[in-house]
Amino acid sequence: MSLTRRLFLKSSGMGLLALGLPPSFLVRAAAEEVKKKNKVLVVVFQRGGMDGLNAVIPFKDRSYYALRPTIAVAEPGSGDERAVDLDGFYGLHPSLTPLKPLFAAGRLAVVHAAGSPDNSRSHFDAQDYMESGTPGMKSVRDGWLNRMLQDGAEGGPLRAAAITFRTPRILSGDAPAMTLTSVEEFRLRDPLLSPALEQRYANVRDPLLRQSAAGLFDAMRTLQAAGASPPSSKEPYPTGRFAASLKQIATLVKSKVGLEIAFTEVDGWDTHVAEGGASGQMANRLKELAEGLAAFARDLGDHIEDVVLLTLSEFGRTARENGNRGTDHGHGNVMLVMGGKVKGGKVYGRWPGLDSDALYEGRDLALTTDFRAVCGEVLSRHLGRTELSKIFPGYRAPSPIGIVA
Amino acid sequence: MELTEDQKIHHFLSRVSFGPTAAEIEKVKAKGIPAYLEEQLDPEKLPDRLVEEKLKNLKTLNLSGSELLELYPPQQQALAKGMTTAPDQSPRFVISELQRAKLLRAVYSARQLQEVMVDFWINHFNVFAAKGVDRWLVTEYERDTIRPRALGRFRDLLLATAQSPAMLFYLDNWLSSSPDNALNRPRNGNAAIRKAGINENYARELMELHTLGVDGGYAQKDVGEVARCFTGWTIRQPRGRPEFLFDSRMHDRGTKTVLGTTIASGGGVEDGIKVIDLLAGHPSTARFITTKLVRRFMRDDPPPALVARIADVFRDSGGDLKQTLRAIFAAPEFFAPETVGAKIKKPIEFVASALRAAGGETDGAPPVVRHLIAMGEPLFLSVPPTGFPDVAATWTSPDMLLARINFAIDLTANHIRGTRIQAGEMTALTLAAPEFQVR
Repeated sequence: MSLTRRLFLKSSGMGLLALGLPPSFLVRAAAEEVKKKNKVLVVVFQRGGMDGLNAVIPFKDRSYYALRPTIAVAEPGSGDERAVDLDGFYGLHPSLTPLKPLFAAGRLAVVHAAGSPDNSRSHFDAQDYMESGTPGMKSVRDGWLNRMLQDGAEGGPLRAAAITFRTPRILSGDAPAMTLTSVEEFRLRDPLLSPALEQRYANVRDPLLRQSAAGLFDAMRTLQAAGASPPSSKEPYPTGRFAASLKQIATLVKSKVGLEIAFTEVDGWDTHVAEGGASGQMANRLKELAEGLAAFARDLGDHIEDVVLLTLSEFGRTARENGNRGTDHGHGNVMLVMGGKVKGGKVYGRWPGLDSDALYEGRDLALTTDFRAVCGEVLSRHLGRTELSKIFPGYRAPSPIGIVA
Repeated sequence: MELTEDQKIHHFLSRVSFGPTAAEIEKVKAKGIPAYLEEQLDPEKLPDRLVEEKLKNLKTLNLSGSELLELYPPQQQALAKGMTTAPDQSPRFVISELQRAKLLRAVYSARQLQEVMVDFWINHFNVFAAKGVDRWLVTEYERDTIRPRALGRFRDLLLATAQSPAMLFYLDNWLSSSPDNALNRPRNGNAAIRKAGINENYARELMELHTLGVDGGYAQKDVGEVARCFTGWTIRQPRGRPEFLFDSRMHDRGTKTVLGTTIASGGGVEDGIKVIDLLAGHPSTARFITTKLVRRFMRDDPPPALVARIADVFRDSGGDLKQTLRAIFAAPEFFAPETVGAKIKKPIEFVASALRAAGGETDGAPPVVRHLIAMGEPLFLSVPPTGFPDVAATWTSPDMLLARINFAIDLTANHIRGTRIQAGEMTALTLAAPEFQVR
């Protein structure tokens, strides 16, 4: 068995280094490439396997209530702890209420019973497959977002950014991609050191160190030339790391530094125990998610026309609640797709049903839409990509879902 | 081009420890490298009072898994028991003391090679400390499973990890149960086990990551068969008495064939032990482990001929790690100029070597550990079972480079609470420069 996998990091991770100037370093300057208005894809990975069935509730499917005696969310009606009606069949979890206006305005779409066709229920494997974009194949080393960057286009050092501590699998590969945690903090705390350090690293023997440092200073210069006064966020973001990461992405989008791909992630979805229903553990996660996404959309303002954000999670969860008032690893899930060009206000995907003979392997929501179909459509219609067979090798896209204008 | 004596000593200490200190350089000069190495290979005989002093107030370090569960329960349980939910009574605190102790040992322990090897094995036999019950199990994992065996025989270490509650939980083997024994599920009320069948997670990583390596010559079928052998290797009560338990009711007693070897039916716990022995003694394991050791102690791209020679030592000695390490340090390639400075220091090596070189003081508390996280090394918190790959690319993204530079600036300006160096001992430029990033 010849498998190569889990080569998470390649030498090409590139980051930002500022000269230690405060955020107002983004001074006005003329630099044509960076003034280009890019189409941006933002991918949010919800790690742990979000329970799609409680995020977007199929309240008209009576089996849902039979399967979840304690954690089901009540159907729409009066009162707070009830699903928020979307289309008469599906309802949003009440904690996702901040997303309702986006849905109503046609900026947010939901795809239900979506995900990866591979039946792995291991977090590691399932995340691996979703990030490599090749479910079931462990031999593919790079991530599908990185393959998007391998198109030979000149994008500059800030073409892709992961707001994470380490380059995520989905962005790993030969093409350079940036990893940073915060644009504002991304500076030398003593700017006077900069020239001497740049000099030392330029002369170093080790190619990795040399290239990494060179990329750093390059990226910094790009930011300096970006030309915008610091794009302040007039809209407050909620607290928490997820919201903070979206704020970074919004800053990069508005600074017009050539960003095309952004990535962030949010943990805490692995609700085996005491998941809660309308309120509780998962409700708290959903609240953070919704408030973050809503703040991001507001912060982008008109830039939202150029942005599509989509969510991924390695699998959904069991249709039936378990003995710990939670759910276990499942299959079909919910994907959110948000952005200016999204044909929102609709829940896409064929609903497979929750009757016992409709359940996948007798236990999970079945899959009727492959995540690559959704991603592929965003790539081709929003970003104009045509090389989908290279980005998702071994996958043939079905007829379009119609989720992107 | 031969190294000078001083260069040899500096290079040797850079590999056998977390960084040279003036005192250790003098010791090596006095004893000679071979005698110093022997001393390091016999850590029990080395007094370690300084680090014991530094660790004595870290109460969690000496507690068992069940004691930690009792005293540092998750918030919901704490509330139910009427206990305080202060941050220093939380499960997170347990992990932070582990991180603290690790840095303190790296900086202060006299048993440097032992700590280097503990770090090596904790990474090789990675457990993500924040996964569920592992939050309370990694303390004893490092202390009782890894450290006592870090310089012993590989097979003993392998078996100990296979039976550690930490690993059994992390890679889900504690759930793995033969479907044929559905009627005999344990009655500890564990819904997870009641629903489980055979879980292949551990079996796969055991071969791919712990022993043979991904190209070590096993097939998917072997994964399934190994998984069958380990059914019943479980935890008595993960959240109560987290001890190894072989539960025969969960065990698949049929005949198995692993890598061409038949394991007769009717066996119990010995099925898994046979697999351990089979894997520990396999030539691919010798090659795989040796490659990783040479990578740690010499260079990212270990020369195959060298690996082959050291693998022979590993195999012929029955997986004796001391013999293997002696062979590595005695290899002519060790003192070759292209081996000097060939490794990028990983973050803990970078920080510890800085403090050791500058005679700095640290309490290992979160303010300094946060720098390690920013540099890309959240101690004990590598999510995937691969751990952190021991190659330069793991640590050299510009974001991480920035983190190192800013650490250098903060340290020399004494801006890290709980950590300081003497004024003038080292400049930020020296610490941040490329020369200090390598060992």
